[in-house]
Amino acid sequence: MKKSQLMVAALENGTVIDHIPSEKVFDVVNLLELQKMSTPVTVGANLESHKMGRKGIIKIADRYFTDEEVSKLSVIVPNIVLTTIHDYDVTEKRSILMPDEVRGIVKCPNPKCITNHEPMKTVFDVIDKNTGTLRCRYCNKEIAHNEIKLQ
Amino acid sequence: MALAGNSLISLEELTKEDILYLLAQAAKFEEEPNRRVLEGKVVATLFFEPSTRTRLSFETAANRLGARVIGFSDAATTSSSKGESLKDTIMMVSNYADVIVMRHYLEGAARYASEVSPVPIINAGDGANQHPSQTMLDLYSMQKTQGTLDGLNITLVGDLKYGRTVHSMLTAMRHFKSKFRFIAPRELEMPCEYKEYCRKYGIEFSESRDFDRNVINSSDIIYMTRVQRERFTDLMEYERVKDTYILRNDMLAEAKPNLKIMHPLPRVNEIALDVDDNPAAYYFKQAKNGLFVREALICNSLNIQI
Repeated sequence: MKKSQLMVAALENGTVIDHIPSEKVFDVVNLLELQKMSTPVTVGANLESHKMGRKGIIKIADRYFTDEEVSKLSVIVPNIVLTTIHDYDVTEKRSILMPDEVRGIVKCPNPKCITNHEPMKTVFDVIDKNTGTLRCRYCNKEIAHNEIKLQ
Repeated sequence: MALAGNSLISLEELTKEDILYLLAQAAKFEEEPNRRVLEGKVVATLFFEPSTRTRLSFETAANRLGARVIGFSDAATTSSSKGESLKDTIMMVSNYADVIVMRHYLEGAARYASEVSPVPIINAGDGANQHPSQTMLDLYSMQKTQGTLDGLNITLVGDLKYGRTVHSMLTAMRHFKSKFRFIAPRELEMPCEYKEYCRKYGIEFSESRDFDRNVINSSDIIYMTRVQRERFTDLMEYERVKDTYILRNDMLAEAKPNLKIMHPLPRVNEIALDVDDNPAAYYFKQAKNGLFVREALICNSLNIQI
C-alpha cells in the first residue's frame, strides 16, 4: 500500500464526510465540534482529487450523525455527502439538504443589524435551497451562499 | 382581528384583511379622535433615535385615547448610553407600560424587542428597515383621497435607495393592483432586492431618471422623498444628488384633477413652497392622518376594537 493511501486509512465503523472544499475542512470540524470527540477522528486537507483538484475528507470512527446534526453543514458546504460505514462496508450515502432556518451559526454581514450589537443568536431563513441564499430574520438582509461567514 | 402577538413589526406580517381592518378603524378615529378607551393604561415611547414627528404623533394618539405616556426621546439620556443592552431596557420598561412604541437606529431592533418583551411592541422605525405606521398612514391617505388602493398610478420620487417609507409601501401594496414608477438618480435608485420583490408579487413597475411632465400628468399619487443627509457615508455624494428632483408648482399645470402629492416629511427643498397652496398638495393632511392610524395601531395592539 502506498503511503498516500495510508494517510486516510479505511474505517471499520463510523462516518465519512468526503469532497469537502479544502478551505472549509476546519469549518466542518468546528461546526460538528469534532475537537471534543473521544473516538478517533482523521482530518485530511489538501488531498488530491480528480473532481475538485484539492479536497478535504473527514473520517469519524464509531459515530453516526442525524440529519438534524449535519444540516447546518450545508450552510457552508452545499450538496455535502455523508457516507455511513459498518464493518468496512458502505451502508448508506446521504446528501444533506439545507434546513429551513439557520440558527446561531452565520454572522449577519449588515453592520447595522441588531444581531451584531446585542448578545443574541442570529436567525436566518433559507429562502432558496438551490442557491443557498439566506435572509436575516431581523434586518431582512439577503446573503448569497458565497458571502456566508460563520459567527 | 388576528395580528400575531399584537406586536406590529413589519407590514410583511399583515394580510390584506388586516390592512383593510386597520384602515377602517383609523377612519372611525378620524370621525372622533377623542375616545378614552385607554383610561388607566400606560404607553411607553422609546426613541433611541430622535424623531420628533413620529414621537409627537404617537404620543398625541395615546393622549387622545386617554392613556398616560412615559418614555424618552434621545437614547443619550438613558442607560443604553451606559452600555445597557436593548433587552434589559425593554424588560425594565415592560414592567411599567402596557405597550411599547419604539424607534431604534439598528435594523431588526423592533423584532428582537418583540421576542423578549412580555408586552406588545409597535415598531416606529428600525434604521433603514421598516416603518409600518408611516406606511399605514400613507395607505390611509391614498385610500381616502382616491377611494381605492387598486388601479392607481403611483410615482415614487427621490431617494428610493435609502428611503424606507417607499420600501415599506411596496410591501403593503403587494395586496393591491396599482402601478408604480420609480424616479430616482442612479446613486439612489430602487435596490434590486425590492425590484425582485415586485416581480415576485406581480407589482407592476417602471423606472426612469426623468421627473418630467409626462410622468406628472399621468400620476394619481406623486410620493416625494427627502434625500436624507444622515443616510450618507459620503457627504460629497449627498451634495451631488440632493437637488436632483425638485417639484415646483408650474410643473403641475396639466396634472390629473385627482392627483395628490404626498411626502413623509420633513421636507427640505424637494417640494417648492409654491406647491403648498395647490389643491394637489396633501403632505400636511397626510401627516395629520398619521394620528388616526396610530390610534388604530395602539388600540389594536391592546385588542381594543371600536
